[in-house]
Amino acid sequence: MSILVIVEHDNSSLKAETLKTVGAAQKIGGDITLLVAGFNCQNVVDAAVKVNGVSKVLVADNAVYEHQLAENVSLLVTELASDYEHILATALTTGKNFMPRVAALLDVAQISDIIDVESSDTFVRPIYAGNAIATVQSLDDKKIITVRTTGFDAVATDGNAEVVTLATVTDAGISSHVNDEFTVSERPDLGAATVIISGGRGMQNGENFKLLDGIADKLGAAIGASRAAVDAGFVPNDMQVGQTGKIVAPDLYIAVGISGAIQHLAGMKDSKVIVAINKDPEAPIFQVADYGIVADLFDALPELESKL
Amino acid sequence: MKVLVPIKRVIDYNVKVRVKPDHSNVDLANTKMAINPFCEIAVEEAVRLKEAGIATEVIAISIGDKSCQEQLRTALALGADRAIQIETSESLDALNIAKLLQKVVEEEQPQLVILGKQSIDSDNNQTGQMLAALTGMPQGTFASVVKVEGEKVNVTREVDGGLQTLALNLPAIVTTDLRLNEPRYASLPNIMKAKRKPLVVRPAADFGIDLTPRTKLLKVTPPAERKAGVIVESIDELVEKLKNEAKVIS
Ligand SMILES: Cc1cc2nc3c(=O)[nH]c(=O)nc-3n(C[C@H](O)[C@H](O)[C@H](O)COP(=O)(O)OP(=O)(O)OC[C@H]3O[C@@H](n4cnc5c(N)ncnc54)[C@H](O)[C@@H]3O)c2cc1C
Ligand SMILES: Nc1ncnc2c1ncn2[C@@H]1O[C@H](COP(=O)(O)O)[C@@H](O)[C@H]1O
Repeated sequence: MSILVIVEHDNSSLKAETLKTVGAAQKIGGDITLLVAGFNCQNVVDAAVKVNGVSKVLVADNAVYEHQLAENVSLLVTELASDYEHILATALTTGKNFMPRVAALLDVAQISDIIDVESSDTFVRPIYAGNAIATVQSLDDKKIITVRTTGFDAVATDGNAEVVTLATVTDAGISSHVNDEFTVSERPDLGAATVIISGGRGMQNGENFKLLDGIADKLGAAIGASRAAVDAGFVPNDMQVGQTGKIVAPDLYIAVGISGAIQHLAGMKDSKVIVAINKDPEAPIFQVADYGIVADLFDALPELESKL
Repeated sequence: MKVLVPIKRVIDYNVKVRVKPDHSNVDLANTKMAINPFCEIAVEEAVRLKEAGIATEVIAISIGDKSCQEQLRTALALGADRAIQIETSESLDALNIAKLLQKVVEEEQPQLVILGKQSIDSDNNQTGQMLAALTGMPQGTFASVVKVEGEKVNVTREVDGGLQTLALNLPAIVTTDLRLNEPRYASLPNIMKAKRKPLVVRPAADFGIDLTPRTKLLKVTPPAERKAGVIVESIDELVEKLKNEAKVIS
């Protein structure tokens, strides 16, 4: 069998989550090819050839792929599709955007957000915000899959794959990029962090999120948030953890002033150790926390920072 | 311009679903159902476009059994002008939903189709993108701002890194994210008025599409439960436990 994995990147670096998607591909089993579609993305290609278990890296380096517009990338993947039984992308916003388009162009159903592989046609995925786990069999010849990275281990990066440059340029010509407003942060990505500290509505305003900074510095943590904190404008949207935000599973997740709605739990309840700081002893977050502390966060956070 | 809004009937977002004891599926008997929250945001956006004089007609559409008429009436009460139910008792793959929607797009020729980004039951996040592929339209998924400007629509999208704005040729597909708008509540007079708005029922079989399932649900199980934790009495105790018991900090 042959498997195509589409690399997640920003034209300058390969996103660590791709290594987990390749982990999922290895679990399916077969010859693995990577696709890097981007623009001026040589650094990504250099990283991609080192991904273990990969035999080939296909490179489509052209301005039409610079912003990974779904209309253009899906045409490219569709052109390549005949050589592969499985096509995998990471279930992050880029993959979630173009992959169903690929599936429909190929007349194939998509299996979204798999967390495990039972066989080459049977996959496990959470439904209902993770309150039920479905085992689904694909009846199509081709399998189009997005991979939730919390379910798989990253592969190592001491491989040496062959690079194949593609001449194909697929430009649908129906959409264009206007601009990006990306959050710049010195902290690790939520998806890559081993420790995450998240604030909720209980933080009261954006200014108070600074109380998390010192702790995050000491723990090398990423900072996340609940939807309520994002909706209230305390912090930007890319910090939202949950069913419809980022799905994370760090070694340590500290939830501060977050009640623990099912939609928030859906994004973090697979973390190894969960700590909850909340002044309400009845808050549902305590039902999933390994360690809970019933306290006012404005007392607890400065004390925690000083004692780390 | 016409705006088409596909909506789905799903479990109410406050309800925690139960898995059937035989693991065949989830148990939705006597469960509170509602319009998928993202679809409600889609209806609101379409209605606002109409109020702004940009849209001329808002058509709500749902694919499902008779019960989804309840959600179509909700959409009509929120301001949609008319509704279409495509009747089927099967639970269809997103691809087949998109194929049925494609037929309606061909008939109605909307300039904009606004869908939810994701149904909160199947958590698929597929239908809008698939419909875009089938109709050859551009897509603005996970939208937090939608601005129609002449022959184009500018869509600001919530992406992993922050926000991204795209310009799409019309006709186009938009899927909604949570912060696109805050849906209104339907007023009692509007709920009464909605009862008289047109709702057409059309059997799925009439569209001449092969709706054979592409996936098979083998089983549904409850997620692994987390072991109940402990309440610590002080920050000192917390730090001690994280260091020596959980060993997640040093
Ligand atoms: C379709 C849909 C999708 C959603 N997706 C997501 C998602 O992806 N992620 C997400 O997070 N939510 C999501 N939600 C929203 C979710 O339902 C909750 O509304 C949200 O998670 C609540 O955020 P919160 O816990 O910060 O706020 P609240 O529920 O208001 O909780 C605030 C908590 O802070 C505590 N607190 C207040 N002051 C203090 C203090 N001084 N010290 C200590 N504790 C204090 C309170 O006791 C309370 O428990 C979604 C909802 C819908 C309908
Ligand atoms: N049965 C349905 N009827 C009408 N619209 C639907 C249906 N299923 C999905 N949709 C639309 O597609 C969106 C995304 O759903 P999904 O791809 O299932 O996550 C929903 O928010 C709806 O707008």
